[in-house]
Amino acid sequence: MRHLLPHPLLSLTLTLLWLLLVNQLSAGHVVLGALLGWLIPFATSAFWLEQVRIRHPLTLLHYFGILILDIVHGSFHVAYLILRGPARLRPVFVEVPLALKTHLAISLLANTISLTPGTVSVLLSGDRRSLIVHALDTGDSDALVGKIKQRYEAPLKWIFEEGSD
Amino acid sequence: MIDLLLSLLILAGAMFTFIGSLGLARLRDFYTRLHGPTKATTLGVGCLLVASAVFFSVREEGISLHEVLVSLFLFITAPVSAHLLAKAALHLKLKSLAPTPAPDSDSPSNPALERDRAD
Amino acid sequence: MLNTALQIAFALVSLAFLLSFWRLLKGPDAPDRILALDTLYVNTLALLVLLGIYRGSALYFEAALLIAMMGFVGTVALCKYLLHGDIIE
Repeated sequence: MRHLLPHPLLSLTLTLLWLLLVNQLSAGHVVLGALLGWLIPFATSAFWLEQVRIRHPLTLLHYFGILILDIVHGSFHVAYLILRGPARLRPVFVEVPLALKTHLAISLLANTISLTPGTVSVLLSGDRRSLIVHALDTGDSDALVGKIKQRYEAPLKWIFEEGSD
Repeated sequence: MIDLLLSLLILAGAMFTFIGSLGLARLRDFYTRLHGPTKATTLGVGCLLVASAVFFSVREEGISLHEVLVSLFLFITAPVSAHLLAKAALHLKLKSLAPTPAPDSDSPSNPALERDRAD
Repeated sequence: MLNTALQIAFALVSLAFLLSFWRLLKGPDAPDRILALDTLYVNTLALLVLLGIYRGSALYFEAALLIAMMGFVGTVALCKYLLHGDIIE
């Protein structure tokens, strides 16, 4: 089974992507998409170092729901800050210590931080223990770190890593 | 009704796109400028793409979903470009309004991580 | 109503285009210019999507998809050049 279908999740994603790309749902395209989804993982197997394991798919969906709301909220916030003018911004760099270990979870956290209110992830330290984040306007950097850890990092850790080590 | 929804989406999208660029032109240092295009512009174009999806779904029979593809692509790539740009800016030691963090063990090349990030 | 909204949107996105272009010309540093270029790509994408709705043609969509991809690849390549002085490792 593992030899025939090395990355089931990737195959499914590729099939869905193909259907979105051709923008129609016909039997022929489903078959073609499934074929591509089956073949491409073989051709690119050298690039997939670690197998992605989603331990709690429902929590992941919930996480994406929160993420979308936060993206909308974050954009309104940034728009307000931009319109208010540069003079009253309080930009600051903060360091967020990481509890996550897997590459995928860290990447997701960094991307989440960049998309949500007033923060952009800037630099991952060489040992992958901490992430430096630039905040556009913050009075209390400790509260910001706490919020990132509790709102985004904790669910990611639960989804991808809990029980793995 | 659909017209109203479409108009609102289009106006909101254009507004956010505009504000993103306004931030790019108006703010005073690179790191703050980075925020406008990554968040406001991305959501703006996202709104426009949703409007386009609704428009073509209503006009032609059968739903049109390939706009979702571009939106997804944008929402995945925008933070990656922002991260790389910020990293480059730190590397070049650009002027910053906030005190910049000490350049710790930032090894100049860590290909494995970089590739991970670009995926 | 849709047409009025579209025309206002065209004006706003064009203004956004001009602002980004101004940043591209002004700089002052390379990352600023790359950021401006990236924003220009996204603005072009917005214009194309609007044009697609305005003309009622789904053809512009393919162009938008390609521009989104080229923009991302270009930005990443330029950033890597700034970081390492080299694009392909």
